[in-house]
Amino acid sequence: MNEVVLTAESPARKAREPVVLSEHIIEVISDSGEGAQRCGQSLGAIAARSGNGVWTVEIIPAEIRPPARSVAGASGNRIRIGTHRITNGGGKTDLVVAFNEQVLLGRVHAGELKPGATILLEDMWRENRDPAIVEAYRRVHDQLIAAGYDVREIPMERECRKLVSDAKRGKNMFALGMICRIYSFSPEVAHDQIGRTFAKKGAKVIDQNVMLFDAGYAWAGENIDLHYMIPSSPAAGPQMVINGNQALALGVLASGMELCAMYPITPATSASHYLSDVFENVGGMVHQAEDEISAASFALGASYAGKCTVTITSGPGLSLKQEALGLAVMGEVPMVVIDVQRGGPSTGQPTKVEQGDMFSVMFGSHGDAPKVVMAPSTIEECFHSVITARRIAETFRMVVVILSDASLATSQQPVPRPEFDPAWVAAPLDLSPVGEGAKPYDWDAETGLSRRFIPGQPGGMFAMTGLAHDRASHVAYDPEINQTSLRARSLKLAALERTLRPPKVHGPEEGDLLVMGWGSTRGAIEEAVDGLIAEGHRVASVNLTFLQPMQPGLKEIMQRYRRVMTIEGNYSDDPADAIINADNRRYSHLAMLLRARTLVDVDCWSEVKGQPIKPDTIRSVMLERLKGDAS
Amino acid sequence: MNDFTDPTECLLRLHDEQFALEDYQGGVPRWCAGCGDNAILSAVQRLCRDENLRPEKTVFVSGIGCSSRFPHYMKTYGLHGIHGRALPLAEGIRMTRPDLDVFVNTGDGDCCSIGAAHWIHAIRYNMRMVVMLHDNRIYGLTKKQASPTSPIGLKSNTTPRGSWLDALNPLTVTLGVQNVSFVAQAVDWIPEQLYAILQAAYHHKGLAFVRILQRCTEWLPKLFDEAVRDPAHVQLLHHERGLSISPALAKIYPNRLEHDPRDINRAREIASETDPIPVGILYHNPDVPCYEDLRHHGLGQHTPERIRAGLEAEFDKFTIHPHTAAAAE
Ligand SMILES: Cc1ncc(C[n+]2csc(CCOP(=O)(O)OP(=O)(O)O)c2C)c(N)n1
Ligand code: SF4
Ligand SMILES: [Mg+2]
Repeated sequence: MNEVVLTAESPARKAREPVVLSEHIIEVISDSGEGAQRCGQSLGAIAARSGNGVWTVEIIPAEIRPPARSVAGASGNRIRIGTHRITNGGGKTDLVVAFNEQVLLGRVHAGELKPGATILLEDMWRENRDPAIVEAYRRVHDQLIAAGYDVREIPMERECRKLVSDAKRGKNMFALGMICRIYSFSPEVAHDQIGRTFAKKGAKVIDQNVMLFDAGYAWAGENIDLHYMIPSSPAAGPQMVINGNQALALGVLASGMELCAMYPITPATSASHYLSDVFENVGGMVHQAEDEISAASFALGASYAGKCTVTITSGPGLSLKQEALGLAVMGEVPMVVIDVQRGGPSTGQPTKVEQGDMFSVMFGSHGDAPKVVMAPSTIEECFHSVITARRIAETFRMVVVILSDASLATSQQPVPRPEFDPAWVAAPLDLSPVGEGAKPYDWDAETGLSRRFIPGQPGGMFAMTGLAHDRASHVAYDPEINQTSLRARSLKLAALERTLRPPKVHGPEEGDLLVMGWGSTRGAIEEAVDGLIAEGHRVASVNLTFLQPMQPGLKEIMQRYRRVMTIEGNYSDDPADAIINADNRRYSHLAMLLRARTLVDVDCWSEVKGQPIKPDTIRSVMLERLKGDAS
Repeated sequence: MNDFTDPTECLLRLHDEQFALEDYQGGVPRWCAGCGDNAILSAVQRLCRDENLRPEKTVFVSGIGCSSRFPHYMKTYGLHGIHGRALPLAEGIRMTRPDLDVFVNTGDGDCCSIGAAHWIHAIRYNMRMVVMLHDNRIYGLTKKQASPTSPIGLKSNTTPRGSWLDALNPLTVTLGVQNVSFVAQAVDWIPEQLYAILQAAYHHKGLAFVRILQRCTEWLPKLFDEAVRDPAHVQLLHHERGLSISPALAKIYPNRLEHDPRDINRAREIASETDPIPVGILYHNPDVPCYEDLRHHGLGQHTPERIRAGLEAEFDKFTIHPHTAAAAE
């Protein structure tokens, strides 16, 4: 569906008129520290400013300073640029700029490049003093050509050295210039973007980078016979280019929360970095605690004493926070927990995407500890989910968990600039007296809700406790009390569910196959669905923003399709495995939940390769299921 | 600003309530008869009354253990938390609500074992609160297991042939942490000094760490017998910058030591003494900065207008300037 018209005209011919593309995926990769990241981000910004749809994915090595020229050391960006809004990283790469052949090899081995993809390869290694490097370079180069890639050796180093003494600083701008020329991006926009990127470094640095950009632009014009154009369709209102972690942090600001307590952990930390930088401007603060247990407890103490607080973490940190979350549930203290999921279990794949924490947040802590669980599915939703979470937490006296993931965290996209709404912001602390005889857990018989007492409120004095307690927070010795209080805390989920609307269906209201998903897979699922619909298939998808409680009306929607399945980024058994059968098959998380809740025979497909699931992969899975349906 | 410029305010102050002991007495304590926790509770309730603390402005925070039931027995706000985490819970309260008085009650297992990491960092944060370590040198609530402060050789349910390791000394550990600002030791059987120490701790601007040797009559009925019976096993610390010793007390306790609480090296030496048991203020430095003061810039001045301004400034940073606008610039 996104097959791109690569050769509407032969690229070998030096085309005057650029070849028009509906989209392309471009990668810029280097050893870490060589600036490929900045080049890629700038390209994303230039494309977005030109009105194109953009989705930028960071390519991050697992180590901070991997050895130079290593297969596992690729650092850079992958930028998908299209005419229309883009909601995910898409399929395989069309064009890659590589600063050495080894980092490129890593991407080739990972199967990230399209067959025949264009490779713009730094050629300085051919004349290296070290014969081993020369030999390695030649071997890889020849292999790539033999494999059918369109390899073009580029003297980036040599060209840059004509202008600057140290080509390491600036080669990335030369590369940016080449790409902008190839894709017909306006040099003026690029100059302006470079000015903004280096604004803090002063005019001299800006000028040098512009000079290198221009050199790359001119060099490509003379020496590279590729000329493309991806038409744009400018957005209606002002747009911001942000990643999911920045969106979460902005959501924290907007929600009116004042305190974030955290302990560093990938891939959540960048949200706290950004928040640390800006939170104090609006009267908030980030506390880096000695560990996650402390972070959760600190946040809980602050929430107990006043406004709802937030703690940000990822899988291993979440495990450490569980006991404190149980106390928050028991004491009915509002709290927002952000879990930016990564590969697990244990230390797993810290920089890679996975959707494996749904059950641990839902059923974690011990005993019955009902929490609200939400999953933003877009960068825009990352922002709004925090605001909603804070409101739910305070209204229902509950812990609200937001499940993001490594993909949303590091992907960048233009999103509409939000319009500030004063209703986002938490109300100031109300320290007015508590009425005579009022109790801190005066659970409403129908909804389980009760008014929260806050220290400083005269007449409200009570000892919050994690022990089973009655309405007055007295330790419960009465046999009925545990039953009553667990009922109250459970009913709050139902009370919230009653305020939710059924999810929207993407695609036809009825058909042969419904795909259900949650979180960052949404864009890829919807793209696959759109493609199949265009080919005449009767398929649709539903994305669930609320995982606990679930939105109403799901069963009714599911019954309108012949088959229902989930697509998720957590592990599930492959029914084709020899010893897997109907009795022992483990379904993926959402499928298991939906089966239990609706008694519909929901199927699933999932993948845990540490990469966002590609639309093409989903398409194949769906086609296979549709085929099964016909037989 | 002068609090008393408003005449109605003056009037209010005039009629400000004077609280009585009953105003701090919550649930009936369920500790064993003779448990040292009772003495600590009485001293604390007296302190609250004498300092006329507003019950709604006072919070007692604890972990889990016999001693951690403390908040239930106060008629103030309380947070009976989870095992080992009293300190970070209290820090969160203190950070966002500097208007509240915060007290922490923690056991030797709670503070020195499961919560040890938080203990060290709490000393370093030096947030204003009174921390009472109820050190009965045993796990009380879970029925007699050795704690880190149990004397070597102690027979308990998990060390039936005697505990293996030398006891951890909470005083020397605390005195070894950067930013330590107040360390004292009290014993439950000398209520007068217990009260005086807690009072000094309350007035300290920072984290006041008070280790209280507390008798567990249930599991270790004889552990402190000698020290309780024979005053020679106790050494009272006094100084013009520390505590004074009443003539009545002086008559009972001949063993006294003048110690300047500013002298940290001497404090460390005294802290290592276990017989006689030093009782009094070992160390006091009023000049150590408090984390909440360092971090509090602007906290609480969190208005929708300010949020809006801050947010729009951030939005501006990320807003992309479409091609046409850029060309016009
Ligand atoms: C996470 C966790 N582990 C273990 C326990 C069981 N537990 C409760 S209190 C306690 C020890 C209490 O000893 P201490 O802190 O000295 O308090 P004391 O009862 O002596 O006052 C233990 C191990 C628990 N409640 N939570
Ligand atoms: S078991 Fe020991 S510490 Fe616990 S209440 Fe009884 S005497 Fe006190
Ligand atoms: Mg104990």
